[in-house]
Amino acid sequence: MLLNQFLILGAALFAVGVYGVLARRNGVMVLMSIELMLNAVNINLVVFGVQHGVVSGQVFALFVIAVAAAEVGVGLAIVLLLYRNRTSIDVEDFDLMRG
Amino acid sequence: MWMLENAFLIPLIPAISFVVILFFGKRYIGADRVHVVGITALSLVWLLSAVAAFQWTQRVENPTPDAVVQIEHHGDDHGDDHGDDHGDDHGDDHGDDHGAAVGDSEGGHGGGHSSPLIRPVISTFSQWWSNAGVDFAVGTFVDGQTVLLLMVVATISLLVHIYSTEYVKGDRRYLHYYAFLSLFTASMLFFVMAQNIIQLIVGWELVGVCSFVLIGHWWEEKPNTDAALKAFLTNRVGDVGLLVGMIVLWGTFQTFDIDAINTLISTNPGAHHLALLVAACCLMAAVASKSGQFPLHTWLPDAMAGPTPVSALIHAATMVVAGVYMIARLYPVFYEGFSIGTSSINLMAFIGGFTALIGAGLAFAQWDIKKVLAYSTVSQLGYMVMALGVGAWTAAMFHLFTHAFFKACLFLGAGSVSHAAHHTFDMREMGGLRKDMPHTYRTFVISSLALAGIFPFAGFWSKDEILLGSLVGQQNGYPLMLIFGCAVALMTAAYMTRVIWYTFHGEFRGHGQPHESPKVMTVPLWILAGMAVVAGAFNLPGPVLEPIGLEGLAHRIQTYAEPSVYLNGLGLSHPDPSLTMALVGLALALSGIVITYLYYWRRRGLHGLTERNRYARTGYKVLENKYYLDHLYNDVVVDTVKRPIAKWANDFNQNVLDRAVNTAGETARDVGRWVYKWIDQGAIDGSVNAAARGADSSGEGLRSIQSGKVQNYGQLLFGAAAVLAIVFVIVV
Repeated sequence: MLLNQFLILGAALFAVGVYGVLARRNGVMVLMSIELMLNAVNINLVVFGVQHGVVSGQVFALFVIAVAAAEVGVGLAIVLLLYRNRTSIDVEDFDLMRG
Repeated sequence: MWMLENAFLIPLIPAISFVVILFFGKRYIGADRVHVVGITALSLVWLLSAVAAFQWTQRVENPTPDAVVQIEHHGDDHGDDHGDDHGDDHGDDHGDDHGAAVGDSEGGHGGGHSSPLIRPVISTFSQWWSNAGVDFAVGTFVDGQTVLLLMVVATISLLVHIYSTEYVKGDRRYLHYYAFLSLFTASMLFFVMAQNIIQLIVGWELVGVCSFVLIGHWWEEKPNTDAALKAFLTNRVGDVGLLVGMIVLWGTFQTFDIDAINTLISTNPGAHHLALLVAACCLMAAVASKSGQFPLHTWLPDAMAGPTPVSALIHAATMVVAGVYMIARLYPVFYEGFSIGTSSINLMAFIGGFTALIGAGLAFAQWDIKKVLAYSTVSQLGYMVMALGVGAWTAAMFHLFTHAFFKACLFLGAGSVSHAAHHTFDMREMGGLRKDMPHTYRTFVISSLALAGIFPFAGFWSKDEILLGSLVGQQNGYPLMLIFGCAVALMTAAYMTRVIWYTFHGEFRGHGQPHESPKVMTVPLWILAGMAVVAGAFNLPGPVLEPIGLEGLAHRIQTYAEPSVYLNGLGLSHPDPSLTMALVGLALALSGIVITYLYYWRRRGLHGLTERNRYARTGYKVLENKYYLDHLYNDVVVDTVKRPIAKWANDFNQNVLDRAVNTAGETARDVGRWVYKWIDQGAIDGSVNAAARGADSSGEGLRSIQSGKVQNYGQLLFGAAAVLAIVFVIVV
């Protein structure tokens, strides 16, 4: 079951990404974890595309990579500005929206 | 005959005018220009009335078969059987197709009877309301008597409207004056075409309340309000009689319909005598109050407090003739009730004659020119009632017709004098005005001659008929009434000469420079004076017209106006004209003028008698104090009744009414407190506060979720997603 193995890999990678997003306090590490989740999704897209014999899965994966690059660019810029203003990138420190 | 069936339009027009003036006059017309509306409306009314009068004469001249009461030609007992076939089918007689049937009706009725009996045009529009099987209808009843009054009311009212534009110019309630003038006219027109006695009562009261408003027009001054109240309250006294009389009539005949009541009496004379006597006595009380008959005439001179044109309208055409009109309208009731046909004296004739006499007596002792005219009106109304009392129906209506014109002219003339001479009505401040006011003087003299009954003016002909009616009577003559009538003829001429002397002759005793009134006032005077000259021509006796070959025009009012459809059943007869009677009446009037002329102009006679002779002084004092009737009413009757009533009313007020009011107030206060405490504070405020508190605490609870930390939100998001995924897996 080649498909299953790939899906299990994707799910594991996604779970690692979720853990990183929820548990890491370093903002850069959170961004990297988001990249992990996106790549887990990419694996799934490519696998299902191969499974059905179409290329659109791989095309979507390329789109996601492009969007992820842009997203990381914006995210790192935010982290950089946060550091400049607060000298910290600990996400626990930023709760300005607290109700 | 369209106008006769749609006569309701005639009172409707001034009624609309009233509404327009009162509610839209100030904003859309301008308060000082509202007379345009009133005069336009009255011109329309006059035209429609003229059309109605013309159509009625056509109906009499060329009657259609359904307009004529069918009579069987046998013997001379006419009238006993003529009403059998039309007791129930009134209300639907349409006379549109008269052209085809003229010859038929003339051929059919030329024999046994002098003229066919023309039925009135009755239009019933709808049931007003219905209660316990009794129907109250609304409709119009038009016959010769109605159109006669329509013409009188429309003419006088139109001229009064025109005259008033100058007389009340600049008045602060100019708008209300014209509004109520319109309503007054509408009420009277409504009254004269009442189809049933309920409508008679409604019109009667409407006229009363309008006169109340107009008499009290200048209510800032106490005497004017007092006069208005006196007029109203005195009329209320009579209105009790009116209501009781009408109820007796209904109880006797089980119908409100005037036509039905009159027909039932005239087809069966002699029945219900007692009930009719009671009804006639009660209605007589109403007439006494409305038409100023002794002993309820006292309001009428006080009603002079109103503006003079209103006095002219009240005393000539509307208010006071309502009583006379009511007698004439329900004449079978009075004729049978008072046994006018067989008696030689009865209550109505006596009250009328007595009123004529005391009114004429009082006119001598007045210095206020309008009060002289007011007592003159009382006296002349007495004449009319007396004429009705002796069975001279036509003479009474004829006198009403002629009197309306010359009395309106006299009142408007008095108003003109006052308008010109510093708004006074006191004759001691007048005198010598004939040079300054030639038009007023001439019209006043013409009307006075007409009132005095000088040949050939209008009053001569109508007064002559009344005297003749008293002389001949029906089965018996009325000698006492004849004596009263002759005495009044003499006195009338004398007191009118006195008025002319004090007002227009001698030296001017007032201040300022008197001047003639403008044309808008003198033209109506001349029109009325013209009518005072020629109005007598409407009912000339035959012998006068025979020499000039116009005997066909004799007795027009008798021909057109007399409701012979009812009166023939009663056996009413008409006296033959008498030259002797006419000459006696004329001689009496002339001698009245001559005596007064000698007394004032030539200084003959017993001058200063009241100063020298104790008895004469006493007599004069009695006259000056109006026979002490006002004292009797105010000091004796009113006070004896008033004090206990006032005391009782005060006790009642303090102990019952105040207590009730206080209790109600306290209860209301307690209820209010309870409501405040339990409903307002407890329920309403409580629920509002609870809602607010609930929102507060739920917000407090939800607040902890909003940590502002992204990862917490992420936890919730992924937790929720996981839960949903598990549910999805399990369910699907």
